Amino acid sequence: MRDQHSRVQHIAIIGNPNSGKTTLFNSLTGLRQKVGNYPGVTVEKKEGRIDLGSGLEVTLIDLPGTYSLTPNSPDEKVATDILLGRIQHTPTPQLVICVVDASNLERNLYLVSQIIDRNRPVIIALNMIDVAGEQGTKINVKALERELGVTVVPTVASKGMGVAELRDALTHHSSTSAGRNRQWQLPEPVHEECQELVGLLQSHHKLTANDAFHEAIALLTSSTSILERMDRFAPEIIEHVRKDHQKLDFLGFDRQSVFVESRYIWIKNVCSKVVTQSKQTGLTTSDQIDQIVTHRIWGFLVFLGLMAVMFQSIFSWANIPMQLIADGFDWAGAQITAFLPAGDVQDLVVNGGLAGVAAVVTFLPQILLLFLFLGVLEDSGYMARAAFIMDRLMSKVGLHGKSFIPLLSSFACAIPGIMATRTIENPKDRLVTMLVAPLMSCSARLPVYTLLIAAFIPNTSVLGIFSLAGVTLLSMYLLGLVAALTMAWLFKKTLLKSGTPIFIMELPPYRLPSLTSLLMQMWERSVLFLKNAGTIILGVSIVLWFLASYPRLENGTPSQQLEQSFAGKAGKVIEPLIKPLGFDWKIGIGLVSSLLQREVFVSTIGTIYNIQDKNSENGSVSLHKQMRDDRDPLTGTPTFTVLTGICLMIYYVLAMQCMSTVAVMRRETNGWKWPLFQIGYMTVLAYSVTFVVYRVGLVWGFGG
Amino acid sequence: MEVTLNLLRPGEKGVIRRLMSPRPQVRQRLLELGIITGALIELVRTAPMGDPLELKINGYRLSLRRLEAEAIIVRREN
Repeated sequence: MRDQHSRVQHIAIIGNPNSGKTTLFNSLTGLRQKVGNYPGVTVEKKEGRIDLGSGLEVTLIDLPGTYSLTPNSPDEKVATDILLGRIQHTPTPQLVICVVDASNLERNLYLVSQIIDRNRPVIIALNMIDVAGEQGTKINVKALERELGVTVVPTVASKGMGVAELRDALTHHSSTSAGRNRQWQLPEPVHEECQELVGLLQSHHKLTANDAFHEAIALLTSSTSILERMDRFAPEIIEHVRKDHQKLDFLGFDRQSVFVESRYIWIKNVCSKVVTQSKQTGLTTSDQIDQIVTHRIWGFLVFLGLMAVMFQSIFSWANIPMQLIADGFDWAGAQITAFLPAGDVQDLVVNGGLAGVAAVVTFLPQILLLFLFLGVLEDSGYMARAAFIMDRLMSKVGLHGKSFIPLLSSFACAIPGIMATRTIENPKDRLVTMLVAPLMSCSARLPVYTLLIAAFIPNTSVLGIFSLAGVTLLSMYLLGLVAALTMAWLFKKTLLKSGTPIFIMELPPYRLPSLTSLLMQMWERSVLFLKNAGTIILGVSIVLWFLASYPRLENGTPSQQLEQSFAGKAGKVIEPLIKPLGFDWKIGIGLVSSLLQREVFVSTIGTIYNIQDKNSENGSVSLHKQMRDDRDPLTGTPTFTVLTGICLMIYYVLAMQCMSTVAVMRRETNGWKWPLFQIGYMTVLAYSVTFVVYRVGLVWGFGG
Repeated sequence: MEVTLNLLRPGEKGVIRRLMSPRPQVRQRLLELGIITGALIELVRTAPMGDPLELKINGYRLSLRRLEAEAIIVRREN
């Protein structure tokens, strides 16, 4: 419901990558954000509301970071299209905040100049003014305002400085554009041809002078060979452009660079008037860090060390809050047991719903830690170094260093990972990265690994400092990584042949990540995770409880009851299929129920063993112990051995088991072909690798 | 002396003379990032495995592969 009195405006926030745009967006909107998607395209749409006081509420749209309005990737195209009002059902922003990195003024002004040219009303947030200051760069804000003809507000978004002033500037800004003149000059012959073409375009195509000018630049820049394909223009225009090309080429102009260089000449001139460089800095802190982080030997050690610390801490630090959550659920279960009369309802609530949800929610601390680590790596600037170090390796499998970041993000969740592939320019490389991203061990697998490791991996230490549990966990992550790289190589060699892609990547200076941004990211993730637990997992748990409890057996032991239930029968049906992997029908129930999402396996096993165990007085026996002690009632052999535990983990490393990923793939690739292919190849891969490991394990005598 | 950018040694600087990149889209992006005639560019270091390169231009750091750097002609500065 919109307030009747408020005049709703749309403001867009745009800027170069690494300009602190998102941090500024966060400090302007706080928690009043909404994440969605643009219709028809796959780019994430982030919106927030700002209260500008006196009842004025506006919508702020966070556009993807871009270096220019000549898009090179789907992400950049969305930013450009929204800014220029080319996307249907998305209002054209009446005002644009352009975030400019003050410590990198020249390159950032390129985008500013393009936005000004488009006659978009713009306010400049001159961000990271503190970093510029440390580098000895002093910017005269008043002079910059005068040169650009727009309002400039100095900010330090990470410390919240200048945000109030920016809000103020937004309030007082009139949304009419000033109708400024273009400030940069083209060399005379180019200028003449350009003007002539603008006139022609205006008379033939009824374009505004501004649109005609930008079309003229595009036409003059393009290579002559593709002119025929530009059939949206009248043949007279194309003929004219062809002659222009000949003339300018003859005069020795580089038709592509002349427009960019002319803009940069103006930018340099502006900078010379507004910037004073007080000291010539030697090695910056960033340089000093980089000497180690990108060092031939130290670089890899730092990388491996960071990963090891990350996984080790997820395993050990998270234990205390996890235990607290588990205790909380136990307490709640006990309360409900005391409150509700014994019977099916009590059973449903405690052993169906609560047990299932508890099994998954317990993992929230681990998932939060993982997102915290990835967030720190990303925001500090380390991710770009990881891509820099890893590019050679990635190019060996035919990919791009940039593919490394989506793959690394997929350690958290394949969905943001797949979304992060939008920055990859080449469509085939993007597809390969998306296809292998779900092989990276996401946080949903963590509960599965944790449960199985705690149950089956002996609690010994390796090299005195790392626990065998931590090492096993790291191995599972490495297995996923190796599988992803191998499959990527295979796809690039066969299905999706294309040359090794172009690599252009900025290495931003190291920065202290903003705590607010990190916390907000974690908050967003935990809300999503808990929503899942409250809906899908609760639903699946209840259905499962029903399937595992009915039809009721009179006077049966709990394990007979389970075996006779619907779920038990279903598990038995698929048992022949999974027997070669060493899995029995109980694991079968888990595999089937976790087709939707992996962590359901944990709640399923939780539900199954709770049902089996509910008649025993000792209700607090841990799930690990129950699994270890579980025996086949006929033969007395254990259901789980160390080998089955490991095989099960390997199966989960490689199998798809995530409908949300399938849904995202369908959306990103615009069809069912690739998601279905992905499910197919991952299932085959998971089945065959697990089969081989199990068989080899048996031969080596690990079966008992 | 004119050389391609990949032939600079770490720490060496050069002034950009020409940009040859064959693909117009890539060339456009390199230009927009400031790889224009007359700009001063420094090869800061190479990645641990020898490729890509870390470059310094207009006060910021850019990473390109050797293959792309071969399309950038510079005049060595001392």
